[in-house]
Formats: sequence, C-alpha cells, structure tokens
Amino acid sequence: MWRRPWLRGALILSPPLAWFLVIYLASLVALLITAFFSTNDLTGNIIYQWTWSNFSQIFTQSVYHTIILRTLLMAIAVTLTDAVIALPFAFFIAKIASHRSRQVFLALVLLPLWASYLARVYAWINILSNHGVLPNFESHLGLPITNLAYSNVAMWIVFSYLWLPFMIVPIYGAFERVPDSLLEASADLGAGSWFTFRKILMPMILPGVVAGSIFTFSLTLGDFITPLLIGGSSSNFIGNAIYDSAINGGDLPFAAALAFVSIAIMAVYLLLARLAGAFEAL
Amino acid sequence: MTKTRLLKWFGAGATTLLLSVFVMPIALGGSAGAALGTPPTQNMKPPTSIGKGEGALNIIAWEGYTQPEWVKPFEATTGCQVNVKYAGSSSEMVSLMANGGGHQWDLVSASGDADLRLIYGGDVKPININLIPSWKEFQPFLKSPSFNTINGYHYGVSFEFGPNVLLYSTKTFKTAPTSWSVLYSSKYKGEITIPDNPIQIADAALYLETAQPSLGITDPYELTQTQFNAAVNLLKSEHPLVKKYWDLASQEISLFQNGEAVVGAAWPYQTSTLQAAKAPVADTIPKQGATGWADTWMLAANAPHPNCAYKWMAYMSTPKIQAEDAISYGETPANTLACPIMNTLQKGGCAAYHANEPESYFSTIKFWKTPLSTCDNGQNDCVDFTQWQQAWTQIIG
Repeated sequence: MWRRPWLRGALILSPPLAWFLVIYLASLVALLITAFFSTNDLTGNIIYQWTWSNFSQIFTQSVYHTIILRTLLMAIAVTLTDAVIALPFAFFIAKIASHRSRQVFLALVLLPLWASYLARVYAWINILSNHGVLPNFESHLGLPITNLAYSNVAMWIVFSYLWLPFMIVPIYGAFERVPDSLLEASADLGAGSWFTFRKILMPMILPGVVAGSIFTFSLTLGDFITPLLIGGSSSNFIGNAIYDSAINGGDLPFAAALAFVSIAIMAVYLLLARLAGAFEAL
Repeated sequence: MTKTRLLKWFGAGATTLLLSVFVMPIALGGSAGAALGTPPTQNMKPPTSIGKGEGALNIIAWEGYTQPEWVKPFEATTGCQVNVKYAGSSSEMVSLMANGGGHQWDLVSASGDADLRLIYGGDVKPININLIPSWKEFQPFLKSPSFNTINGYHYGVSFEFGPNVLLYSTKTFKTAPTSWSVLYSSKYKGEITIPDNPIQIADAALYLETAQPSLGITDPYELTQTQFNAAVNLLKSEHPLVKKYWDLASQEISLFQNGEAVVGAAWPYQTSTLQAAKAPVADTIPKQGATGWADTWMLAANAPHPNCAYKWMAYMSTPKIQAEDAISYGETPANTLACPIMNTLQKGGCAAYHANEPESYFSTIKFWKTPLSTCDNGQNDCVDFTQWQQAWTQIIG
C-alpha cells in the first residue's frame, strides 16, 4: 500500500463514492428514466416502452402550468419575505448584540427546528383558523376579523415561518465576516446608513443571502405537506401533483416527469446562485 | 498517473452503473398489462388450515377499521401484533399494495373500486373461504359478490358496506338538507368540503342523473364522454365554493370542529366521531341516493404473515366484531347475526345502520367500482379511470 499511494486514495474514497453512485446517483437516474415510460390503465403496472407522453401532458395541459407557476411564485415570495425579515435579525445578532448574548440569540433562532414540522404547522392552523388565536385577538382589538386558514396566504405565512432559521444563519455568517472597521470608515467618510447598507454591506453579504435563499427556495419548491394541511382548494404544489400521481394514481412515470420539472427549476436556480457568488465561501 | 487512474475507475464505474440501470428495465420488458381474463394469482393454492400465528400483522385500512376496542382483544388472544397504515382513498390502497412489492402488507380493506385492480394486478390471492367459519352467517349477496369473487375464487372475505353521506352542521341547517344540490350552491361558498378523490366524479354524475335527466345517466361509474364532461364541469363550477378537499377523515373532522365547513360529503365515521365529541352535526342521505363502498378484507399475494391474516379475517367476520365495527363506524355488517348485538350496543342500532335489510337496500347504493372503458351494456365508449384521475387533477387545479 505504501508503494502505491493511489491505492490508498482509492480505498479511502471507495465507500463514500460507492454510496454516492449506487444509492444516490443510480436511484436518481432510475427515477428519472421512469419518466419516459407509461403505465397500464387498469393494473397500474409500468409499461417499459420509451415515450414522451408524460412530458407532452405536462407541457400541453394548462393545469400543470398553473401548478408549476403557483409553486414557483410561492417559492419566490417566501424567499423574498424571509430575506427581508432575516436581514435585520442577522444584523442585530452579528453586529449589535453582545458577544455572549449572540449565542443565546442563535440558539433561540434555531429552537423552533427542534419541534417537529407538523407541530409547527398545526400551531399555525390553531392561530389562523376560525376560532383561533388571531381572530380572537382581532375581535378583542376591534379589528376586522380575518379567516386566513386553508388559503394560499396561510401557506405563505407558514412557509416564511418554517424556513426563517435557514435564512437567518447564512446571513448572520455573512455579516460576521464584515469587519466593523468598514462600517466605521464609511460613517467617517460621510455616508448615511442606507447608503452604507446599499453600497458596502449588500455586496458583501449578497452571497450569504443567496445561500440562504437556496434553502428557502428549494424547501418551498419541493414541499407538499403544508399545502395538504393548511392549503385551500386551489393550493396544489408540484409536490402534491407528484404525490397524487404516484401514490393515489399509481402513475410513477408521470410523477417522475413532474419531478424532472422540479429538478430542472432547481438546476437553473443553483446556476443563477453560483453566478451571484453564493458558493464563494466554499 | 494516480489521479487519472482514479478518475478512469470513477468514470468506468459510473458509466457501467448508469448503463445497467438504463438497460435493465428495458431488458426485463414487461407485458403491456392484462386484458380482463384470468387473474394472475388464480392458481395460487390457499392453505387448508390456519397454522400458528407469526406474531405480527400489517394491515392497510380505512381510518376507523382498527379501533383498539377490537384490536386489543385480538392481539391478546392470537399474539399477532397489529400494525396498521391508514389510506385515504382506494387508489392509495392499490398503489401501496402494488408498490409494496407484496412483502410488506398482509391485508387490505379494499373497497369495490380497488378490488378489480388489485386482483388483476396480481397483488392479492385467493383465500380458502372454509377457514372463515362465520362466512356461512353472511348475507347471501355478500358471500360471493362479483367485486371480490371471480370464477368462483374468493379473493378475500366481505366485511361491511355503507353509503357516502351528506354531513352538515345543525347550526346552519335546522332541518336535514334533502338534496345533494347544497354542495353545489353558492349560498355556502367557502364552507363546503368534499373528498380529494377522483371517484367523486361519480357523486356529481349521480346528482346529474336526476338534475339533468336529458343526459341519460344510469350508472354513475359508466359515463359516456358527454355525461363525463357534464359531471366534470359541475365539479369545476363547484371549485370556488370548496373550502378544502379532504384527504383524510381527520381533516374533515377538524374542518367541522373549527366551524370552517358547514356542509360536506363524508363517511358515517366522521359523523359518529364528531357527535362523540359533542359537535353539532348530523348526516343524511338526500333524495338522489348515494354512492357507497362495500369493503373486503383481501390477502396480499406475498403476505409475510398469512396465518395472522386468516385469524384476523375470521375474527372480523364474527357477529360481535361485525356489530362493534358497524356501530363505531356507522356501516352495515355482512354477518346477519350482528343485528341483536348492535341493538345492545346502541338502542335501535340495527335499524339505524340497515343491518339485515334485504338486498333491495344494498341495491339502492351505487357502490364504488373501477370505471372501465367497457360498459356493462356492451358498449365500449365509457370513460376509463385514468381519464377520471386526469380530469380530477384539472378540477382541483
């Protein structure tokens, strides 16, 4: 082994490589190839003959355009909302909070992640539904009563809440890497806070924001449980369509074709993110 | 030298893997699906006696079919630990059975619209009906019904049956609604809930049978393209009025408990659960009649615990358990001896759930069955279930 250093390298790499190839890549490829097959109408068994029918169905039927657009728009909306909310949070933790309290704040930000996903969504159903916390609050204050549960607005609120920690942490990391002296220098030279933020801070933390946005975007794009639980009658996401065709419809090829669309959207997003410099810190 | 060698190995390995994954399914080929002929598992010989329990039992069931009330005594006497997976629709059950490879599940409580797909998909196998002693006490029309008995082979044992009901809030409706039209009425906009299940198109068709007699609908599961389109359009016009399409019974129960929904299509199970929680609801079958389900316990073709499965089927067919389930869920038992027990569990329970009524009651319910392109009247222009599923995706949007 000492005379052939390449053997050592190969042996170290083989198990994770094998895992990656067999379990991850091969299964992914098997799934995506299924998109080119079709199913028998009665029994649901797969017919192993190459066909483009699944993709042509997605491209020609407008309901799938609606579903894909809805998922995409919600992912973008959630990403923007989380970015706007996370920026002041992350700035406070990185720059204003004392060193010791920084850890406490970070722990608090991450604390909701310890509770199960379902518990957090059900909490929001409780808040937003008819006899929930929000309508009670509004009626006490004399505000107009809103009925938000089971709607796209409810989903937007819940998604923004669920993925917020994933946006705060990368932006916090980005802010931390900005030296305080830069901010002081900018003020000394006469720049106002907004100018400082726009011209100096933003370019430096943009990679962090984009990195956080990868989480919020991809997690929203692939989700199907929140639409199921708190969505209304027009809330189906790509994930729900995949679930319906694969589980309820027994049509794995069609579900695979929809998954293809999801992956394509993410690939484009990751490419844009790379161009915006999200992976520079790696 | 070392780096290029590594890369060569990596490249070769990856290519081989990818190619084999690509080629394998094509090489395996696959029959283009069975035309309705002989079920593939017909010749699997069932056992002649029930052996020792294997200690576990994996069931796919509707919510409400495995209440602790009767599961715990079963587990105590047979030693078979029951593991249940709830499914929200027949399609989900077919999918679970088909994709489970046959070695995960033992039993499935399949409704009529799943039975044919399971039988012809080779996912279930014939049982020895003599191993179910209580079968002799069943209603004659449930002993060997066409949805679970083919060529004389029993692909399971009938369980119970019931209607899909109209669930309503007694605060909104002082008297029971008499027509399914309330589900399509803009008066209850945003307060309606119906199942997220393509088979709902049959309910719309059932309503149109009397609402638009010119369409000439006679069987809500065998629809010509025109009749089908009319039902789909009705459901599309209903979409803006629907608060939520429920996937699981528990979702509908939440909607009524929160007051989000005041009227909806439901199973009697939701009514009895809500009423047990003192919610102000009731259910009814409107004048147009109802669709329904007739359930069968079917045995998986590769069931890992067949003895426990037979013990369960025999147990669930006994009069006491049939009565307990009928009262708890709100359905009609197959066993004719369940009636007196139902009356002891709930006053007037036997009549309330139509136990021991003659076949005429059974015939008024339009039971779920798989829509096929071959209609019973000999024509071949009926819309098949794949189109139902695609249309449903369009309706839900």
